[in-house]
Amino acid sequence: MSANEMLAFETNCHIFDGCGFPAPGLNSFLFEPLFTVGGIEFNKPMLLAVLTTVIVIGFFWAAFGRAKVVPGKLQMVGEAGYDFVRRGIVYDSLGKKEGEKYVPFMVSLFFFVWIMNLWSIIPVAQFPVTSIIAFPAALALIVYVLWMYLTFKKHGFVGGLKNITGYDKSLGPILPLAVVLEFFSNVIIRPFTHAVRLFANMFAGHLLILMFTIASWYLLNGIGIAYAGVSFVMTVVMTAFELFIQAVQAYVFVLLATNYVQGALAEHH
Amino acid sequence: MNPLAVLASEGELENPLLPPLPELVIGLIAFAIVFIFLGKKLLPKINQTLDERREAIEGGMEKAEAAQAEAQQVLEDYRAQLADARHEAARMRQEAQEQGASMIAEMRSEGERQREEIIAAGHAQIEADRKAASASLRQDVGKLAGDLAGRIVGESLADAARQSRTIDRFLDDLEAKAAAGATKAEANR
Repeated sequence: MSANEMLAFETNCHIFDGCGFPAPGLNSFLFEPLFTVGGIEFNKPMLLAVLTTVIVIGFFWAAFGRAKVVPGKLQMVGEAGYDFVRRGIVYDSLGKKEGEKYVPFMVSLFFFVWIMNLWSIIPVAQFPVTSIIAFPAALALIVYVLWMYLTFKKHGFVGGLKNITGYDKSLGPILPLAVVLEFFSNVIIRPFTHAVRLFANMFAGHLLILMFTIASWYLLNGIGIAYAGVSFVMTVVMTAFELFIQAVQAYVFVLLATNYVQGALAEHH
Repeated sequence: MNPLAVLASEGELENPLLPPLPELVIGLIAFAIVFIFLGKKLLPKINQTLDERREAIEGGMEKAEAAQAEAQQVLEDYRAQLADARHEAARMRQEAQEQGASMIAEMRSEGERQREEIIAAGHAQIEADRKAASASLRQDVGKLAGDLAGRIVGESLADAARQSRTIDRFLDDLEAKAAAGATKAEANR
């Protein structure tokens, strides 16, 4: 594989060379297979997803594998992260008693999503795995199944339907309309927005960084060099901003998942 | 040109919102592995550790409270003992003072008594000596006077009883005179 194929843009193209700006686009999110394992063609995002698994497990193994009452540095960091999700997200909306059961799921979800986002600014990787819709979709699907399961388990079939559709007799004549809208909003739109919110944020963030990175290189000719400097500064700024957005989006994703679980467990009203 | 860019230019790119199946499956599996490891193994472990820590902290606090209470008790005991000891010391000191005073008084009275005894004994001795001397003197003087008188009158006053009577009468007279003289001297003074 040549360097040309590894990079997301043409390397021999500069302004005033009669070469158009190689703007990043959908093609920046497509990867050629790196290798094939058992008939599955592994590309870069898949590899990064697998690495995410390794890193999350590896970190928590190192931190909690030999957990001590008096924690070491790594264990303290792990505990801080664990406590952030447990207290900051799960206990806040589900309460300590009911929420405890869902803590492992939400902790796994948060760190899995966060590390997948984080690849965006890791040198060499430099691609947020969650900007491939399949990964947020897979996670949103798990949350969706969990939500449906809890709803019908808690309220039974009719009660579950009522919970999902926000059935409320006091609405009177607009009840059918409200039921239809709620059904669409909860059952069809919700998992879609759940996945797309994460996907689109990471997609756009990656696009922005790419744009400024490519521009920094493309403008490196004649008077364009001054603008290239600006573009490079913007690349750095956007990278720092992405670092923040990655954590926020992971937080939002898990917060929403927790809210859905809470909605499923809440009494119908 | 990049082959992907070629694809893009030919409009064969997939809709970015349509999830490709291999990625979907790998995402599910990857997350499942993370969830299983964390949920079944690592997080229960840290929970157990956190519980242990909380217990240790609570136990430690209880222990510390107990130790503090014990220390307070010991301090109070110690203070009470100290106060007792001070009291006792003061009492003993006073007792010793009193004892010392009484001993001094006792010894003084004993000494006085002994002095009196010695003085009395001395007086008695002197009296006895005086009496003995007086008796012996009287005898000697009587004998000498008798001898002298016998020589002078040439008559042996053999009769001891008569002789003694005469001597006694003489001496009594002498004593009476001496006493009278002494009284007179006393009166003249």
